[in-house]
Amino acid sequence: MWHSDDSSARTARDHPKCSVWFLLRRFALRSEAHGAAQDWVGKAGLLLIRGFSFLVALSLALVTSFSSHAAEVSAAVAANFSATAQDLGSAFTAETGNTVSFSFGATGLLYAQISQGAPFQVFLAADDGRPGRAVTDGYGIDGTVFTYAVGKVVLYSPSLDLTDGGAVLVAGRFDHIAIADPNSAPYGAAAVEAIEALGLRDALASKTVVGENISQALQFVESGNAELGFVSQAQVIDQPPARVWRVPAEYYSPIRQAAVLLKPGEKSAAARAFLDFIRSADGKAIIAKYGYATD
Amino acid sequence: MPNTATLLIKPMLPWSEIWPPIWLTISLATTVTALLILLGTPIAWWLARSKSRWKEAVGALVALPLVLPPTVLGFYLLIALGPNGPGGMLAGAWGARTLAFTFEGLVIGSVIYSLPFMVQPLRNALENVGDDALDAARTLGARPLQIFFHIEVPYARAGYLSGAILTFAHTIGEFGVVLMIGGNIPGKTKVLSVAIYDYVERLEWGTAHVLAVAMIGFAFLVITATMLIERRHKRTDI
Repeated sequence: MWHSDDSSARTARDHPKCSVWFLLRRFALRSEAHGAAQDWVGKAGLLLIRGFSFLVALSLALVTSFSSHAAEVSAAVAANFSATAQDLGSAFTAETGNTVSFSFGATGLLYAQISQGAPFQVFLAADDGRPGRAVTDGYGIDGTVFTYAVGKVVLYSPSLDLTDGGAVLVAGRFDHIAIADPNSAPYGAAAVEAIEALGLRDALASKTVVGENISQALQFVESGNAELGFVSQAQVIDQPPARVWRVPAEYYSPIRQAAVLLKPGEKSAAARAFLDFIRSADGKAIIAKYGYATD
Repeated sequence: MPNTATLLIKPMLPWSEIWPPIWLTISLATTVTALLILLGTPIAWWLARSKSRWKEAVGALVALPLVLPPTVLGFYLLIALGPNGPGGMLAGAWGARTLAFTFEGLVIGSVIYSLPFMVQPLRNALENVGDDALDAARTLGARPLQIFFHIEVPYARAGYLSGAILTFAHTIGEFGVVLMIGGNIPGKTKVLSVAIYDYVERLEWGTAHVLAVAMIGFAFLVITATMLIERRHKRTDI
């Protein structure tokens, strides 16, 4: 119905308010002259799309030119490190003017997203396996992997006295104990190692509830649905000593949390600067404040 | 040899790991659908027949889960099912502390989350029962319950069917609420959608693919079925 024929074209051209129409018609005539299709509405749509994409490109160019003064680093960060990372981020912003945008999640899920081209520039994992794998799989930059924190697993309960947490676990007077998913979260794997070291694997199997990541394990405990749970020391650093039992280091293999620069951050000075800041004395002091050991 | 590799996926699948979530998901969906037919009928009937000025407010309340993110429901359910909420009190009746991390907890969560998928088609179907038929039955001296079972239910059977299919399918596809209140316990709260999420996280994408493609096929069947039911119903209506 929108195909133009001569009579409708004439009436429309006679109309004084049809300047837009003239533009479209001229475009259509030109394409007809080139032997293209007569569907000038389609051509006009193309023209509009071209104009629109020009505007989008222009505004994008403006935005990037403005933001190049203060760059934004995008970082994928293991859930256990969220509070510490935010603290590091604001200290980094105060020092350099660059900002950091954080995406928190389970290390396994973040890695799955990185392998599918997620635009993260920096990856702070909860283990050292996945940053290493990022390099061998071609998502990370060779030579940029380093351990930024060594995590500690604690048993935490807002209601039970955990002065002797091992004895509480053995006595088993609780319905639910929360851990992070041992398959994807290193703190979950460490919790399972600790449970096995105590010889309680079978005793606790039916009482164990699994959070998708370490934050959800804590959420199960904080909401009271599980009486206690294995979390990272950093998450409960402010709790009174009786609420937290530090799991002896020999019960689990050390949780070496490694960072890596990812391909999208290869050319970003800000991303490299953020990694350097994490390694600096100031950065290490912040990390230690949250109960992590540093190398 | 990509073709042989694809063929080999099947025997390599960890079936002993895959079956429990499938079975659990089907039992959850069946339980929720049965409960919602019982629970949704009086609500939908009241919404269809009542002249109360609170009618639309109640209708909106029932429809809320359509719009709310599962995280909102999951968050409040986690509190409500816990030891400090009504769920904890209820669980105390059999000596437990919480309804979270239980099959019953998932049923409660899914019933709330799928409520509009049952009530909306039922309400529409009941509203379409002609006043003529109802008046005729009343004139002939039928009691309200007789009218309900002999006229309204048969008239609304297409609504029941599409409500049941949608509820069943929506519960199968439920993820966010279950993730937040389930605790991922194999055989108890680890449903199919959560299992797929797990496989993706563990980078076991072969298994994730098989389950995900099966879900896509299932969803397609369900939507086609509901559309066919609606079309047939419209035809017989005229």
